[in-house]
Amino acid sequence: MQLIKEVKFLIGKELLLEWRSKYALNGVVLYVVSTVFVCFLSFVSLRGVTWNALFWIIMLFASINAVSKSFLQESKGRQLYIYTIASPLALIISKTIYNIFLMLLLTLIALGFYTLVFDYVPEDMGLYLVATVLGSLSFSTIFTMISAIASKAGNGGMLMAILSFPVIIPVITVLIKLSKNAIDGLDRSVSLDEIGILLIINVLVAVFSLMLFPYLWRD
Amino acid sequence: MYKSWWKILGAVLVVYSTIAGFLASVPALPILHQSIRNLYFHVPMWFSMIVLFSVSVYHSIKYLSNNNEEHDMKAVQSVNAGVLFGILGIITGAIWAKFTWGQAWSFDVKQNFAAIALLLYFAYLVLRNAIDEDQKRAKIAAIYNIFAFPMMVVLLFVLPRLSDSLHPGNGGNPGFNAYDLDSHMRMVFYPACLGWILIGYWIYTLLFRVSAIEKNKTV
Repeated sequence: MQLIKEVKFLIGKELLLEWRSKYALNGVVLYVVSTVFVCFLSFVSLRGVTWNALFWIIMLFASINAVSKSFLQESKGRQLYIYTIASPLALIISKTIYNIFLMLLLTLIALGFYTLVFDYVPEDMGLYLVATVLGSLSFSTIFTMISAIASKAGNGGMLMAILSFPVIIPVITVLIKLSKNAIDGLDRSVSLDEIGILLIINVLVAVFSLMLFPYLWRD
Repeated sequence: MYKSWWKILGAVLVVYSTIAGFLASVPALPILHQSIRNLYFHVPMWFSMIVLFSVSVYHSIKYLSNNNEEHDMKAVQSVNAGVLFGILGIITGAIWAKFTWGQAWSFDVKQNFAAIALLLYFAYLVLRNAIDEDQKRAKIAAIYNIFAFPMMVVLLFVLPRLSDSLHPGNGGNPGFNAYDLDSHMRMVFYPACLGWILIGYWIYTLLFRVSAIEKNKTV
């Protein structure tokens, strides 16, 4: 019960900080929108496979930018303060949940703008939405833990990219396959394997994050 | 002498499997022809790699629970030895692919994911180099190592089954047990696996002892 209270409080803190500065959200939304626009100016018209691949590449870099803030941005003093008032489990759970919300919002905005600009809608939009939801879920669970590791190593952005790419590549390949099925409008039963794999990867990552983070947090 | 029986066993088995691997009879098959002998050299490399990486994860867990520096050294040296076997596995696979698939690297899923799995461990080694402080490095590296292991398992054993591959035993292709009707090949294959795993473990203990001596010299 204590844990739930702490998680709620920490999520509230994240939201409050975000609301005060509106820096992360506005920054990342601007990043996504301008990237989509640059892609539109260079491709003009896109269909099918390339449309799909480009979307996931944009989302990959946007989510690295968005989620890596969660730990890299915190100052040493504030980390120490949180350490004294909350349990590490509450911290990682709250950060992950907050990042999931942030990523869901970001992905939906990006997808909306992307379909609008390129004037192209996948055959099976419902399944495509499922893919984007699963994608933002996986991005946030994986990147939250990796950004915690990178921030402890004290070597910011460079390390974040090196550590996270090998972990995220399998997720991206499955996501691209799943969303390709949605674009082709295949029967939904074909895609159950991919959805299952993504869920398994998420559960694995979440369980390992919960087990390992207390060790990482303790200095 | 009685303590090093497994080293002798490993050496004998590797010598036996190399000689028998080149000279023993193999089933005559189209396309594969004599290249089926690669089974005795390519597959044991991957088994040895998995064993060494598991040893590494075991020592990382031990390190997190008792903070003994020795476990950190064991973890990193077994990763070093495992990476060596992984590279050998990729090379033997590429040579085999050159003759049977016509191309050393045809971007087959099995090849790609094996390469990415190795990238995970290169990232682990880069992470170690990025941190100066000894204890901090040991702790963060142990956490990343445990985090990376399930991802490697997913990459090597789960994802290749999702898509078509030319690799034997995948994508509807028969594995070697379909050809080995009279168990001749098993007589060489199993000793080869055991022998290479023992040799791999031996290499790892040697690497560990060298690094332990170097460590004592500097102190």
